[in-house]
Amino acid sequence: MTPIFFAYFALVSIVAGVLTVALRNPVHCGIALLALLGHIAGLFVLLHAEFLAVVQIIIYAGAILILYLFVLMLLNLKTEERYFHHRHAWYMVGVGALTVELLLVLLASRYSGMKGPATTKAVEAVGNSTAIGILMFSDYLLPFEIVGVFLLGAIVGAIVLAKTPGRGDLAREDR
Amino acid sequence: MVPIGAYVAVSAILFVTGLVGVLVRRNFIIVLMCVEIMLNGANLNLVAFAHHLDSLAGQIMSLFVIAIAAGEAAVGLAIIIVVFRGKIATNVDQINLLKW
Repeated sequence: MTPIFFAYFALVSIVAGVLTVALRNPVHCGIALLALLGHIAGLFVLLHAEFLAVVQIIIYAGAILILYLFVLMLLNLKTEERYFHHRHAWYMVGVGALTVELLLVLLASRYSGMKGPATTKAVEAVGNSTAIGILMFSDYLLPFEIVGVFLLGAIVGAIVLAKTPGRGDLAREDR
Repeated sequence: MVPIGAYVAVSAILFVTGLVGVLVRRNFIIVLMCVEIMLNGANLNLVAFAHHLDSLAGQIMSLFVIAIAAGEAAVGLAIIIVVFRGKIATNVDQINLLKW
């Protein structure tokens, strides 16, 4: 059963990715990106990363993509005649050849490696989110805090950048 | 049981798709969306190897990547709004003030 689901999720996510690049209307690109994110979440479930699948749906599809669509509609972009750089279109031949080469190498590789302690059975005994939470707040505490500071900086930076220039002066006058 | 090579192949295809999009699209917002495709390809790779090697480190890195992607989207879209307010252009080849 798993290979059927894998084939479905992989095919649809690749098609949705190509559509995101190729579609003309930016809103349609956003919808294609939504399909891509949902099917990647399905692949995460197949890989026993249930917590990550839920995070993918909530944060990527629920927050980031909504932000994109919101800005798209705020700016009211028109669909353009020239939406590609046609001058660089012949690069695609090289990119396609390199991708085929890469896929042949990737599919032929053996992927050995040192196994860790977190087997599927061991993780399922405590639950996926519990295992991730314990690891994140012990071994990965410093990266976690750094990401928190980064997000704070991103929030402040986004607000400072997108602020309307005159509004701060008005607020100062009101005070 | 699906071999890990299949997952890695899917993630490589997604990454290349996003890279092509970044290179060929003219609209800045679509370029950012293509960056999201590339980040998703990288995430899939991390999670596939986390499953293959029985380690949770890949899943945690993947969570960090999602957080970074959220920050990147917020700042990138704020920059787009600023540029759009100044001059009516969201095409990357018309935004060339920082070009030497």
